[in-house]
Amino acid sequence: MKKTDPQGTHTVIIAYSTGHVFRIEKVLTEAGFPCKMIPVPRHLSSDCGICIRIDSINSDPVRTILEKKGVEFEGMYEI
Amino acid sequence: MKDIRDQQLNKKIVYLDNAATSWPKPPCVAESMVYFLNEIGANPGRSAHRLSIEAGRIVYETREAIAEIFGASDPLRVVFGYNVTEALNLAIRGLLSPGDHVITGSLEHNSMMRPLRALEQEGVAITAVPCSREGFLDPADIEKAIRPNTTLIALNHASNVVGTLLPISEVGRIARRHGLLFLVDAAQTGGAYPINMHSCAIDLLAFTGHKSLLGPTGTGGLIVGDRVNTALMRPLKRGGTGSYSEHEEQPDFLPDIYESGTPNVVGLAGLNAGVRWIMGRGVDTIRTHEVLLTQRMIDGLAAIPGVTVYGSKDAQLQAPIISLEIDGLELSEAGLRLDEEYGILCRVGLHCSPAAHRTIGTFPSGTLRLSLGIFNTEEDVNAAIEAVARLTQEV
Repeated sequence: MKKTDPQGTHTVIIAYSTGHVFRIEKVLTEAGFPCKMIPVPRHLSSDCGICIRIDSINSDPVRTILEKKGVEFEGMYEI
Repeated sequence: MKDIRDQQLNKKIVYLDNAATSWPKPPCVAESMVYFLNEIGANPGRSAHRLSIEAGRIVYETREAIAEIFGASDPLRVVFGYNVTEALNLAIRGLLSPGDHVITGSLEHNSMMRPLRALEQEGVAITAVPCSREGFLDPADIEKAIRPNTTLIALNHASNVVGTLLPISEVGRIARRHGLLFLVDAAQTGGAYPINMHSCAIDLLAFTGHKSLLGPTGTGGLIVGDRVNTALMRPLKRGGTGSYSEHEEQPDFLPDIYESGTPNVVGLAGLNAGVRWIMGRGVDTIRTHEVLLTQRMIDGLAAIPGVTVYGSKDAQLQAPIISLEIDGLELSEAGLRLDEEYGILCRVGLHCSPAAHRTIGTFPSGTLRLSLGIFNTEEDVNAAIEAVARLTQEV
């Protein structure tokens, strides 16, 4: 299990579709990063879908692993 | 009502109509559907509460199962719809434009022929390459039919009338060599015969959930291969996807571009269970069982005087589908008597495939079709042979 952010700050990963969300969740869970699915914050998108919340401390390694595995996502935003 | 149903169920039934819809299903199929309805039930990926997320997960896991069984690289390229007909319409109507030429075969189901014939009226040229009376297709004939404006080769993997397997990997190589897209209708083979999209060079694979994939009706779809440019394949329908909600235009990415409206999640829950049950057993194991029964059925029926069995008569070369005629006996009467007197459920007529009947020489009367599935047994085959033999004796 990766570290939990002591600051408690979170980052969300916005995906293109629900299908992409589950793919990201799967890759991150397999790599041991805690993640939670939440509604997309309104200030980031008017989308009616879901996104993935991670601890901000894991942002860089998460970005690296998603890029390495060729998993597409729309963007990562600290909330 | 319940009494009638109990009476029906207590009667011994030999179900030989698996090419239309497979029955019975493994118990896990209904269990997964009941679990979904009772415990989850929500709209997938729209609302983002826990039940919505679980519903979305079921849909995604079903994409993974379908991608795995057909050797597709990316679950997000699995587009769900109601059945193979919708999938074929999506591919055909999405890709072809007036001035294009498409090559198909002469054993096609109307799910392929009707959308093609409609486009012919709009200026798409069609060549239906003739197959032999036994149902064989020579790949060289496909290559000879290619013209400068050919864009697509669209073929049934196995005829729903005579079961003959068409040489899809050879045709796939031809399509690649000429830079054409290759669409395969796997309605009769998905789940019952090993298919790998990559090794067969299939660009678009249309499947249905309710036949050999052992799911419920109302499930199916199209796997869109890497070589298909989605910018050049128009969606059949547009609408809500749960994504890009700020836009009034359809999203341009897979699978959402081709999936609008709330999907049949309860059906997909069942399909997921059916496909995973098949993968647990192994498609090869299922194929071996069905080849054995099919050959036994062919040999037994062909030995009855007055019975004509169509097709290759070699179970290795076909799906578990047997079409026959009985001298001097109307097919509809034969079908009715098999049902009422022997509890044998089959299908008679043209099976929605006039082209195939013209090819094998049984148009317009059609055939009596017996189609086997994974749950059929040697006893079922023996019962069918015995019943057909008795019918011929009474003619």
